[in-house]
Amino acid sequence: MRILVTRLATSIVLLFVVSALTFLLMSLLPTDAARVILGTTATQEQYEALREQLGLNQPLIVQYGNYLARVFSGDFGTSIFTGEPVIRSIANRLPVTLSLLIPGIIVCAVAGMTFGYLSALSRGGLRRVLDVLVLVGGAVPGFWLALVMVSVFAVSLRWFPATGYVPFATSPGGWATALVLPVAALAIQGAAGVAKITRDGVLEAMDQDYVRTLRAAGIPRRTIYLRHILKNTGMQVATVVGLIFVGSLAGSVFLEQVFVLPGLGALAYSATNQNDLPVIQGVALTMTLIVIVVNICVDLSYLALNPKARTR
Amino acid sequence: MTAISSPSETGVTRRGFLHALLHEPLAVVSLAVLAIVVSACLLSPWLAPYDPLAQSLADARQLPSAAHWLGTDNLGRDVLSRLMYGGVPSIAGVGLCIAVFLVLGVVLGLLAGYLGGAVDRVISFVVEILMSVPSIIIVLAVVSLFSRSLNATMITLGVLGSGGLIRVVRAATLKVSKDLYVDAARVSGLGGLRILFRHILPRLSGPIVIQVALFAGVALGVQTGLGFLGLGTPPPNPSWGGMVGEASLLVQVFPWLLVPSGGIIALCTIAFALLGDATRDSFATRVRRSSGRVPKRRPDSADVPPPGAGLLTVEQLTVHFGDPERPAVDRLDLTIDKGEIVGLVGESGSGKTVTALACLGLFASTAHASGHIWFGGHDVVTARYRELEEIRGAGVAYVSQEPMVALDPSFTVGTVLREAIRANRRVGRTEAKRIAIELLEQVRITEPSSLLRRYPHELSGGMAQRVAIAIALAGNPSLLIADEPTTSLDVTVQARILELLRTIRQERGMAIILVTHDLGVVADICDRAVVMRGGAVVERADVEELYAHPAHEYTRELLRATPSIAERAA
Repeated sequence: MRILVTRLATSIVLLFVVSALTFLLMSLLPTDAARVILGTTATQEQYEALREQLGLNQPLIVQYGNYLARVFSGDFGTSIFTGEPVIRSIANRLPVTLSLLIPGIIVCAVAGMTFGYLSALSRGGLRRVLDVLVLVGGAVPGFWLALVMVSVFAVSLRWFPATGYVPFATSPGGWATALVLPVAALAIQGAAGVAKITRDGVLEAMDQDYVRTLRAAGIPRRTIYLRHILKNTGMQVATVVGLIFVGSLAGSVFLEQVFVLPGLGALAYSATNQNDLPVIQGVALTMTLIVIVVNICVDLSYLALNPKARTR
Repeated sequence: MTAISSPSETGVTRRGFLHALLHEPLAVVSLAVLAIVVSACLLSPWLAPYDPLAQSLADARQLPSAAHWLGTDNLGRDVLSRLMYGGVPSIAGVGLCIAVFLVLGVVLGLLAGYLGGAVDRVISFVVEILMSVPSIIIVLAVVSLFSRSLNATMITLGVLGSGGLIRVVRAATLKVSKDLYVDAARVSGLGGLRILFRHILPRLSGPIVIQVALFAGVALGVQTGLGFLGLGTPPPNPSWGGMVGEASLLVQVFPWLLVPSGGIIALCTIAFALLGDATRDSFATRVRRSSGRVPKRRPDSADVPPPGAGLLTVEQLTVHFGDPERPAVDRLDLTIDKGEIVGLVGESGSGKTVTALACLGLFASTAHASGHIWFGGHDVVTARYRELEEIRGAGVAYVSQEPMVALDPSFTVGTVLREAIRANRRVGRTEAKRIAIELLEQVRITEPSSLLRRYPHELSGGMAQRVAIAIALAGNPSLLIADEPTTSLDVTVQARILELLRTIRQERGMAIILVTHDLGVVADICDRAVVMRGGAVVERADVEELYAHPAHEYTRELLRATPSIAERAA
């Protein structure tokens, strides 16, 4: 249980750090929000008035306090560029990113563990082939892999649409077909990492005394591999899957660009291009919340998998 | 954006690190590839065949040819030249990122590991935060704020990524500073900094190189990714990521362009990954790869059990691990009869454990075995896995030296015990539970039903060994192999476990092979003893006979080394 308490404490600090960091970065900007909103043609009076109105004349710490107070009441500010409330853009785009990330991490974990197990249990030629696949799969950049997949499966074979997103509510079938390529591109790179850690974990476990005890007691191979070794390597795998999920937030930024998916990553990208800092801040906090939820899930999996963690 | 490595990679090299690395062919190849790519890019003004910006619309979108080795792009620019020039921002960016990563990771990791206490707690907390920050969004914010400055972006990435390295260096420092020579340096009055940089840091080169190699791949991915998004080098100047971006616009008409740009990124990333793997292999002890399968020898038709054989008969068993000249077990013969307790005696390295495990068909994957081990009409050496599963548990069972690691830490005693029972007897769940309780009673555990719900870490060493014996008895075996079953236990517990083994033999008429280096234990409970040295049997005799008239000089040495026996003899 201590593990969860520590996690919650760290998470709160993490939220403060990320919000303070983005806030601080924003204040470092040579041109402030008032200048961005008004453009270069406004008079000095107009500029000063807007600064006053936005509270930009107050000390930084007060500004940060005000910002936090607004965030806690669910107000992430409004986009400098579109004037839309940031919270609304995020709410619109979060389902898209989650439709990419969640199936992506599931495919990644299942495929990675299967490959890792196969590689650990096979020998000679097959193992070498699997190892090379894992090496290459982990090394090719995701956005490039996505382009190659578009070129093969969308342009040449026409199996899937090259770009675009269909909301689940509109057409579940369309939603699924549109997501096949992005999810695959996202999953492959992570699957390589999962496969590697699974393989090493399984090989290590097979040399453990407790496996010898189980073998010596005549317990069937299937039970040993699919029950004992699986559960014992589970914590290592869960840790890596969690790290990969955090990493795939980056992947989603690139992939949403390739597949023209209107998700959080695409929002962050356009905001970056437009110096739309309230939006970047909002996305940063949302992504941090996603990371916190993932970390809590990983901790819960520790509690489920490791009896020692439960008693602590 | 995370470099993945398992904590076991923090071993410490004793040889010259570079020297060892250069003996790994994969490391040499990856270093060579990286060196060629880097120098081709840095020397591009002199080496590149064309001006990377020179357009020639007549030559647009050509496939590779003698004139243009990697073809040309949409504007007829030479792809090879653009790749060479385009590598420079990637190299500079990744280099800067790695520099920041290294400095932060090494300094903070060393401090946390060496100073410990509050410093360690603060740094570890910072690491916890760094590992959870979604770095991409911070990187994007920096890109936006610093008007696309590559330097600012890559420094940020280096800072955000350094958490992993801090963690690894901290762990390795903790491990190294426990070594005696660091204590010696401390005692001899060397200053902290000097110890850190002269004595500890050099021994961390392996783990550091692994982390750097892994992170370099991540950094290259992000750097080229930003270029791909158009947030890097502004066009028309080439960059690797930007070239993938240009290629993406032509996916429909000229897909070839994806190959060189993505290929060079993949090539470098693979080189980084291989360098990391090779580094790990070069200084870590290689993971022994066993999958419990025996290197099979075809059973011979002439292979029949000898007539009038005992319960278990070992004939000319030889086991070696790659070098036939130095076998771990050398032409060993051994017969065990029903119900007898035989001591297999010898010092460590004499081959007694290898022999014991061989009787269950448990060989390391590197082992080569020949000879026969007859049990119930099967030859364990050549048996198929199915046959072995039948023999194990129900025929031959095993109890090992370290009870605490011999039990699966993730399952309750009850779960494993029931599995072992149901693997060997056709019984249902409730019946299995009843038998489990019965077995625990037989190994003298007082509250068996509450013990069923306990996990191994909740047991004492003696209790754990009793549970291990109960698991071994689950299949009602006719032979129990106990491999130093009392060595890791307290003296009082030792006596009780030996007493238990003796009772079990009486109750069940089960034969026991007791592997031990302790002649006192042999004197206590064995009927016969077989003395091994260097993989071969040097003496076999009834226990009384052995102590009264040891025939072999080695046996006499062993006897002299066991004071209680020496006294008894005197």
